[in-house]
Amino acid sequence: MSNAAMLEIRDLEAWYGESHVLHGVSLDIHPGEVVTLLGRNGAGKTSTLRSMMGLVGRRSGSIKFEGRETIGLRSDLIARTGIAYCPEERGIFASLDVTENLMLPPVIAPGGLGLDEIYTLFPNLKERARSPGTKLSGGEQQMLAIARILRTGARLLLLDEPSEGLAPVIVQQIGAMIREIKQRGFTVLLVEQNFRFAQTVADRHYVMEHGRVVDMVENGQLASSLDRLHEYLGV
Amino acid sequence: MIENLLFELEMAAPQVILGLVNGAFYALLSLGLAIIFGMLNVINFAHGAQFMMGAFVAWMLLAWAGIPYWGALVLAPLIVGAFGVVIERTMIARLYKLDHLYGLLLTFGLALIIEGVFRNGFGSSGLPYAPPAAFNALNIDIPIMFLPGYRVWVVIASFLVCLATWLVIEKTKIGAYLRAATERPELVQAFGVNVPRMMTLTYGAGVALAAFAGVLAAPIYSVNPAMGANFIITVFAVVVIGGMGSIMGSVVTGFGLGLIEGLARVVYPEASATVVFVIMAIVLLTRPAGLFGRG
Repeated sequence: MSNAAMLEIRDLEAWYGESHVLHGVSLDIHPGEVVTLLGRNGAGKTSTLRSMMGLVGRRSGSIKFEGRETIGLRSDLIARTGIAYCPEERGIFASLDVTENLMLPPVIAPGGLGLDEIYTLFPNLKERARSPGTKLSGGEQQMLAIARILRTGARLLLLDEPSEGLAPVIVQQIGAMIREIKQRGFTVLLVEQNFRFAQTVADRHYVMEHGRVVDMVENGQLASSLDRLHEYLGV
Repeated sequence: MIENLLFELEMAAPQVILGLVNGAFYALLSLGLAIIFGMLNVINFAHGAQFMMGAFVAWMLLAWAGIPYWGALVLAPLIVGAFGVVIERTMIARLYKLDHLYGLLLTFGLALIIEGVFRNGFGSSGLPYAPPAAFNALNIDIPIMFLPGYRVWVVIASFLVCLATWLVIEKTKIGAYLRAATERPELVQAFGVNVPRMMTLTYGAGVALAAFAGVLAAPIYSVNPAMGANFIITVFAVVVIGGMGSIMGSVVTGFGLGLIEGLARVVYPEASATVVFVIMAIVLLTRPAGLFGRG
């Protein structure tokens, strides 16, 4: 945690057409950390991830990844710097089978997980290799969406609400998997609304409100900050 | 009795075979349109003009450079495909964020310009292009009919190219990128794939397919500026019947409708020009997404 930040966002603003969705987001992520973005619906969590990937209409400010400015890059070039994105709606392709979905994202650097490792972590994906991607259950689709970005050699993973809409037992599996990939040295930025889930996996939490980061809580100090968090999240 | 039947067959077989040859062109042309529409969301109205360009380039290669049919079959699609790449980069790429209608209007305008330029340069009476004599070996000469070998070749070549295109799209990594980018281009790009370049190459490939069909057509129809316009309206009906953007749909429907047209010419000749459009109306009423369309 004492080393230099892997990702440094300063004064990030973003627009979808006329609508101004981010109003100056600043945050840091260090290598090997799991960090969450907490906040209510519409606070700007998903927009922050999409801005990092260059998927919003217009953005300004600074997003430095491993010292390199990415704010002006096209989204495929941002991906090639070593950032991988798993969208909220999972983005499993209906016209591709499970294996094709898994193999789709191009390998951008050495160091990603091999197929054997992925099948050990996600045995279901091997059993259902030939099924169309969208015929999987919600939990399996989420596993597939995460598994496919572990292959690519990206070092920073952006996961948008991986627990959303899943049964509690599946959410626990996803939690175990996130701890496992942290063990393997991946860095994760996680968007969550489910703060009970977030505290089981994360090192730190940023809280967003109205398109800004308004607070940061270490996971260890969560207990003493509960009142504050409840205020922000309205839980 | 048997003589009667033979006579009937003798009357019918050439029409049905002619239908199959037309179907071969419908399939190739609607395949290119389907690929372009799937990936770029552009209804390529210049497709008929690009088909015509393929035929003209084949003619020019022979008349001006002495390059024979086989060379033209490879070179003309490359040349016209490269022309397509330039069109996509300089014009069509600027329209992706706008409504479909703009792409349609642009390509329609391009079709008119291209046809006008060729009419100005070569007149509208048509130029002859003889098929290589080697195709006579494929002649089918049986009691009920005589079929020139070149037409047999057209059906085979079209079928093989359609099959190869289908295999590339359904079974290869490039095809997986193409299918995924057809569904969600933005996400595929966020994985690190250069989607704008894929779109350019897809347009080039679709245009090259049209030009390939144009070279195939050159020895059958006279090479003239309106040859594409004559085909393209029916081809659009084929695409609508098969399902916009469906690869399998465009191939099966292309061959199928060619046959149906041929049969109609035997059974009820008055309907042969309209049967495709009647089918289109029925399909649109019962299955608006087309026979093979999704959703």
